[in-house]
Amino acid sequence: MYVLNQICKIFDSRTVAVRELDLKIGRGERVALIGPSGAGKTTLFRMLNLTIPPTSGTLLFDGLDSRHFSGRRLREVRRRIGTIYQQHNLVPRLQVVHNVLSGKLGSWPTWRAVQSLIRPTEADLALEALRHVGIADKLYERTETLSGGQQQRVAIARLLAQDPEVILADEPVSSVDPALAAGIVKLLIDLSETHCKTLLMNLHSVDLAFAHFPRLIGLKDGTISFDLPAAAVTDEHLAALYVGSQTEAVEEEIFSRAEPSFVRSCQPHLTR
Amino acid sequence: MAERSTQMVAQARSRGRNRLSAHNLIILAGLLILMAWSYVGTEFSLRQLLGGESAVQILTYIRKLFPPDLSTEFLLKTGYWTLETFAMSFLGTILAVLIACCLVFLSSRNLMFTGLLFEMEQSRPWIRALRTTLYLTAKAALNLLRTIPHLVWALILVFAVGLGPFPGMLALGIHTGGVLGRLFGEVMENVETQPIEALQATGASRLQILFYGILPQVLPECVAYTLYRWEVNIREAVILGYVGAGGLGQQIQIAISLFLEHRLLTLILAIYLIVTAVDALSAHLRRRLT
Amino acid sequence: MQNRHSSAPVSLTLPARRHSNFQIVWSVLFILTFLGSYRLAQVKPLLLLEPEGRRNIWRFVTGMFPPDLSWDFVSLLGRPIIETIQLSLMGTFMAVVIGFPLGLLATRSLTFTGILNEREMVDSRRSVFLLRKGTYLLVRAILSLFRTIPEFVWAFMFVRAVGLGPFPGVLAIGISYAGMLGKVYSEILEHVNPGPLESLQATGASRLTILLYGLLPQALPNLVSYTLYRWECAIRASTILGFVGAGGIGQQLEISMRMFNFNQVLTLVAILFVMVAGVDVLSAKVRRTILSRSSV
Ligand SMILES: Nc1ncnc2c1ncn2[C@@H]1O[C@H](COP(=O)(O)OP(=O)(O)OP(=O)(O)O)[C@@H](O)[C@H]1O
Ligand SMILES: [Mg+2]
Repeated sequence: MYVLNQICKIFDSRTVAVRELDLKIGRGERVALIGPSGAGKTTLFRMLNLTIPPTSGTLLFDGLDSRHFSGRRLREVRRRIGTIYQQHNLVPRLQVVHNVLSGKLGSWPTWRAVQSLIRPTEADLALEALRHVGIADKLYERTETLSGGQQQRVAIARLLAQDPEVILADEPVSSVDPALAAGIVKLLIDLSETHCKTLLMNLHSVDLAFAHFPRLIGLKDGTISFDLPAAAVTDEHLAALYVGSQTEAVEEEIFSRAEPSFVRSCQPHLTR
Repeated sequence: MAERSTQMVAQARSRGRNRLSAHNLIILAGLLILMAWSYVGTEFSLRQLLGGESAVQILTYIRKLFPPDLSTEFLLKTGYWTLETFAMSFLGTILAVLIACCLVFLSSRNLMFTGLLFEMEQSRPWIRALRTTLYLTAKAALNLLRTIPHLVWALILVFAVGLGPFPGMLALGIHTGGVLGRLFGEVMENVETQPIEALQATGASRLQILFYGILPQVLPECVAYTLYRWEVNIREAVILGYVGAGGLGQQIQIAISLFLEHRLLTLILAIYLIVTAVDALSAHLRRRLT
Repeated sequence: MQNRHSSAPVSLTLPARRHSNFQIVWSVLFILTFLGSYRLAQVKPLLLLEPEGRRNIWRFVTGMFPPDLSWDFVSLLGRPIIETIQLSLMGTFMAVVIGFPLGLLATRSLTFTGILNEREMVDSRRSVFLLRKGTYLLVRAILSLFRTIPEFVWAFMFVRAVGLGPFPGVLAIGISYAGMLGKVYSEILEHVNPGPLESLQATGASRLTILLYGLLPQALPNLVSYTLYRWECAIRASTILGFVGAGGIGQQLEISMRMFNFNQVLTLVAILFVMVAGVDVLSAKVRRTILSRSSV
C-alpha cells in the first residue's frame, strides 16, 4: 500500500522531524507504531495521509508517487485514507451528527454537503457509527459539550462513516479509560480484519500493541529504530527505544520549572 | 492568595518603572504641547464656555427647545421618518454583510494561496499568480471601501441616484462592507486549523471545508460584529440624512435651518428612542448568541 | 467489548432534532423587517442602471480625473487640514475630561455593588444606598443622551449657539464622545479582575487609593486603546462637522461638491484617506507599545 523511500521532513528549515525513513506497508497489514514523545509519529502520519509533502524522498501510495497528486485526484486519494487524530480535530460548534457525517465529504458533491448541514441527509448512518462507539445518544449534541473521551469516539465514528481503505490512528485511545481503550482498539482491529483494511496505529501503551498487532515499528528521533514481528521484539529493543530521549525530556521539564537548589538535591537520585 | 500578591508586586514594579522612564516623560510633554497647540488652534475658550457669553447662549438655546412639538400630526410624521431611518440602517447592514462575504473569502490568505490547504498542491505558476492577484485586488477593494467615509459615499450616491433613503442605504452598505470585510477576515485567518486538517484528510474539497470547518467556527463572531456595526449604522443613518438621504437626519436639518426648535426636540427624542432600542435589541441578540 | 456497547439501552430510531423557538421566531421577524424596510427605504436597484443614474455616475467618475493638484487649490487646504487635526485632538481631550468622571460614577462596581461596597450594604443606611444608586442611574441616562444624539446634531446646535468655526466642533465632539467614552470606560472598569481590589481593601485602603493602585493600573491599556480608537473616529467625524460649519476639511468638501468640482473632491478624499490611514497606523503603534509594556 505504502512504499516510503528516504523520506525526510524538515520544518522551518530547522526542525528535523523525520529523517531518511524507509518503510514498506502491504495491503491489509496491521502495524503498531511506538516511540517516545516527539519521535515524529504524528508528522509521519500527516505525510502518509497526504496533508503535508515530504521535504525530500519519495512516497508511493498504491504504487503512485504522491507528488503527482493534485486537485481532484488528490481528494480522491485522501478519501481512501482515514485518519483519527491525537487531538480529535473536530469542529467544536457543529453538532455531533455533522462531525460524523463530515467523513462522507469526500464522496458527496458540495450541494449535498450544504444540504446536509441544514438537514442531515444520512443521519441513520451517523447513528449507526455512533452506536459502534457507544455514544448514540449524543447524535444532536454540540460537539464541544462532550467530554474528551466522548469526542475521541466521535472522531472514530467519523472514520467509520468515511469507510476508508487505510486507517491511520494517531493514539486513538489517549483520552479514554483503559477498558474502553481496549474495546476501541479491538473495534478497529476487527474492522481491518473483516474488510481487509490496512491499519497503522500509533500507541503509547506497549501492552496493547503487543496484544493486538503482528508487526511493531519503533520510531525514535525521526528514524526507525526497529521494525519486527511482535514476537521478535524484546525488552532490550524497548529499552533502547525509550531510554535517553524521553527521560531526558522529562528531566528537562522538571528541572526547568524547579528551583536550582531543588534540582541539585534531586539530581543524584534521578541520575542513579 | 499568593498568586494575587505576586501579581500585585509585578504591577507595582511595572508602574514604578513606567513613572521613572524618560521615555514616558517625553511622550507626556509631547502630548501637552499637542494639546496647547490644539487649544489655540480651535479658538477654544474655557472662560467663555464656563462663565461667558457662550454659556449663556447655549442655555438660551436649550431653553428655546422646550416644549417639544407633540401634535399628533407631527408625531405621526416623526414615526414615519424614524422607521425610514431604521430601514436604512437595517438594509445597509444587510448589504454590508453581502459585500463583506463576497470579498472576505477572496481576501483570506489561508483560503487563497498559502497554508495548510495548499501544502500538497503543485499548481501551475500562472494559477498561483492568478490567485495572488485576486487576493490582492480583493484586499485593496476592501481598504478602499473602508477608508472612504460614509458621508463621502452618500454624497456620491445621492448625486448618482437622487435624494432619498436608497442612496443612504447604499452608502452605509458600501462603507460598512469594507469594515466588516476586514473584521471577518481577521476572524477567518485565526480559525483553528486542526479540524480543517482533519476535514481535508477525508478528501473534502475546499468549498466543503469552508462550509464544514470554517464557517461554523467563525459564524458567531461574525454575527456579533455585524450586530455591533448595526448599532453604529443606526447613528450613521441619521447623519446621512443630512446630505439628502432622508429619514430623521434630513428633517433635523430642515428644523434647524428653519428655526423650528420645538420640532427639533421631538426629532431628537425620536433619535434617542430608536438608537436606544436598536442598542438594546442588538445587545440582547449578542447575548443569546454566546 | 462489543457486547458492552450494544447492551447499552440505545434505540436504533433517530432521536428527534431540537428546533429552538428562538430560531423560528427570529427568522420570521427578520423576514418581515426586511420586507417592510425594503418598501420604506424605496429601494430601486434599477436606478443605478437607468440612463440618468449611469450618466451621473459616469460624469462623477470622469470628473474626478485628473485630481486637482493646482497650487491655488492645494494652498487652500493647509489650514483646514491642521484644523481637522486640532479639532479631533481637542474634542477627544474634552471627551476624556467629561467622560472619565462620568464613567467612574457609572461604574456599578464602584458606586453601589461588588466587594468594595459589600460592608456598606450590611450596616447601610438605606438612604445612602439609594442616593448612590440614584446617582448611578442618572449618570447612565446622561451618558446615553450624550451619545445617542449624533455629533452633527450637537454641532448644529452649538453653531447656532456660539457661531461658526472650530469651537462648536470641539464642543460637539467633546459632548457626544464623552457619552461613548463614559459608557465604555465603565464597562472596562467593571470587568477588571476584582482580586487585587479585594486585597487592597483588606489593607485598609480608601476607595480613591484602591482606584489608583488597583483599578486603573489594570484597566489602563484598555482605556487608552479605546480612547485612541475614538480619536480615529473623531478625524472621520470632522468631515460631517465641516458640513454644518463647524470647521475642518469637511467645509471645503461641501463647497467642492456643491460646485460640481469633482477633481477637487478626489483630492480631498485622497487627503482624508491619508489622514485616516496615518492615524490608524499611529494609534496601532501606540496601542502595541502600551499593551506590550503592561504585559511585563
Ligand atoms: N508544524 C510543525 N512545525 C514545526 N515543527 C513541528 C511541526 N510539527 C511537528 N514539529 C516538530 O517535529 C518533531 C516531531 O513531532 P511529532 O508531532 O511528529 O511527534 P510525535 O511523535 O507525534 O510526538 P507525541 O507522541 O508527543 O505526539 C517535534 O520536535 C516537533 O517539535
Ligand atoms: Mg503526536
